[in-house]
Amino acid sequence: MANKPKIPNVAEIMADIKSGKMWKDLAKKFTESQVWTSSFRHGYADTPRNRVLQIASNVWLHLHPVKIHRHALRIKFTWCMGGITFLLFLSTVVTGVILMFYYRPVGEYAYFDMKYLQYDVPFGMLMRNMHRWAAHAMVITVWLHMFRVFLTGSYKPPREFNWVIGVFLVTFTLLLSFTGYLLPWDQLAMWAVTVGTNMARGTPFLGHEGPFQEYVPLISPRYDARSMLLGGSLVGPPALLRFYVLHCIFIPLVAGALMIVHFWRIRKDGGISGPL
Amino acid sequence: MATAVKKKVTEDLPEKVHVWPYLVRLEFLCALIVIVGLTVWSIVIDAPLEEAANPTKTPNPSKAPWYFLGLQDILVYFDPWFAGVIAPVLIIVGLMLIPYLDVNPKGNGYYTYTERKLAIWVYSFGFLVLWIALIIMGVFLRGPGWNLFMPWQYWDPHKVVALVNVDLPYAFGFRDYWNSALFGGAVVLGYFGLGTGAYFFLERKAIKNVGFLRMFLKINLLLIMAGMVIKITLRLAFNIKYILVTPWFNI
Repeated sequence: MANKPKIPNVAEIMADIKSGKMWKDLAKKFTESQVWTSSFRHGYADTPRNRVLQIASNVWLHLHPVKIHRHALRIKFTWCMGGITFLLFLSTVVTGVILMFYYRPVGEYAYFDMKYLQYDVPFGMLMRNMHRWAAHAMVITVWLHMFRVFLTGSYKPPREFNWVIGVFLVTFTLLLSFTGYLLPWDQLAMWAVTVGTNMARGTPFLGHEGPFQEYVPLISPRYDARSMLLGGSLVGPPALLRFYVLHCIFIPLVAGALMIVHFWRIRKDGGISGPL
Repeated sequence: MATAVKKKVTEDLPEKVHVWPYLVRLEFLCALIVIVGLTVWSIVIDAPLEEAANPTKTPNPSKAPWYFLGLQDILVYFDPWFAGVIAPVLIIVGLMLIPYLDVNPKGNGYYTYTERKLAIWVYSFGFLVLWIALIIMGVFLRGPGWNLFMPWQYWDPHKVVALVNVDLPYAFGFRDYWNSALFGGAVVLGYFGLGTGAYFFLERKAIKNVGFLRMFLKINLLLIMAGMVIKITLRLAFNIKYILVTPWFNI
């Protein structure tokens, strides 16, 4: 008889809810379970020790230091632009992978896959829109990030090297956007990339219309700096495939590696800059 | 009394704060706003898709992606080897060199205009005028034949623009090739030579501390940037096409 659990009445349950005891008990049950304690290597209670471990023992959050200067929280100082740029990059990665399921970088198919994406694939148009607008927004935010870093003099010692990495990242952002620009394989894409890559014809020594190309053997419209980019003498199916591989594999890998260095160096160089 | 106590508390706050929760919650909020904004934007505005690519049908105007339109616009004033190849390389290399050329120790980690006026002017001019303003012009004001059209004007593909540009040596009365080339070469070399010389003379006391290479790179990058503005002005105000004409390249 003594083992019989006591059935609480409504008044007691209401009192538990009102005093918050019910939620505390529930949270305790979860946070002391084996699943929870095996997933998170720190306690649940809001203590200084746990605040530190929250950052230090989490693979995603440990890019941050566990403590930062108070001024680094000020939006007025950072404009939040570096973080937003990274977030937009992640958005393009997610939406880009989804688009890759439906898109074939082949002259005969590419444009019709775009139509298919827009009109037949559930949420295809939304994925495409998010990918394109995030890419454009990323170009703007990375410029603003750079402008902010310049205005605060944050490239000055000891952060010179991280600024150089940053300039590489700006360049790769533009190249990512530019290589993606060709993939819809419509008039806008083909001619924008034609205009852009035509510049490579003028490369000194290596472009077939550039200064001093006459002194370099074998330079011709078919074999020069531009045709190396395009895989031919004009923007055709080989260019589409090259830009696709550069856009989806090569540049994201290189840019991703540089981002790791960029974020790591912020910490190694003493956190984000500030008046000291 | 209460406000005085509050102030004292603010002053006693520690210099460093925990990233969790103070920074992470900011980042989370910021991410939330950006993602919601991006989603709404993507629901409301569709990405463009024109007719299928057709290599036999060139649109007029043909424009590069918007972020390269500043470079496309200086094609009006410079040949492709400079506007499309050398200029972008110089922009990238020049930007990378900034921390090594700017030896002013002030303004490290805070906003200041008075402590680094020249640096702020140069960067803001390059970014806001030579990059952003030219992009805006390229997107909205350049029509067929890359001619300038005001927003209220009809984009007439048959607009006639008189070709009245002449080379600088011609404007100064030189008519044969060798004299023109000598004059043009003297102007270009003189510009960089005198500019560099004047800078080194004015800053002669700094050479020992700053170093020759650093000062040489700094002044020549600045001279190239200023030279682009000078050439654009010469074209717009005096219809000057090239300064120096050679069989290999023109400036």
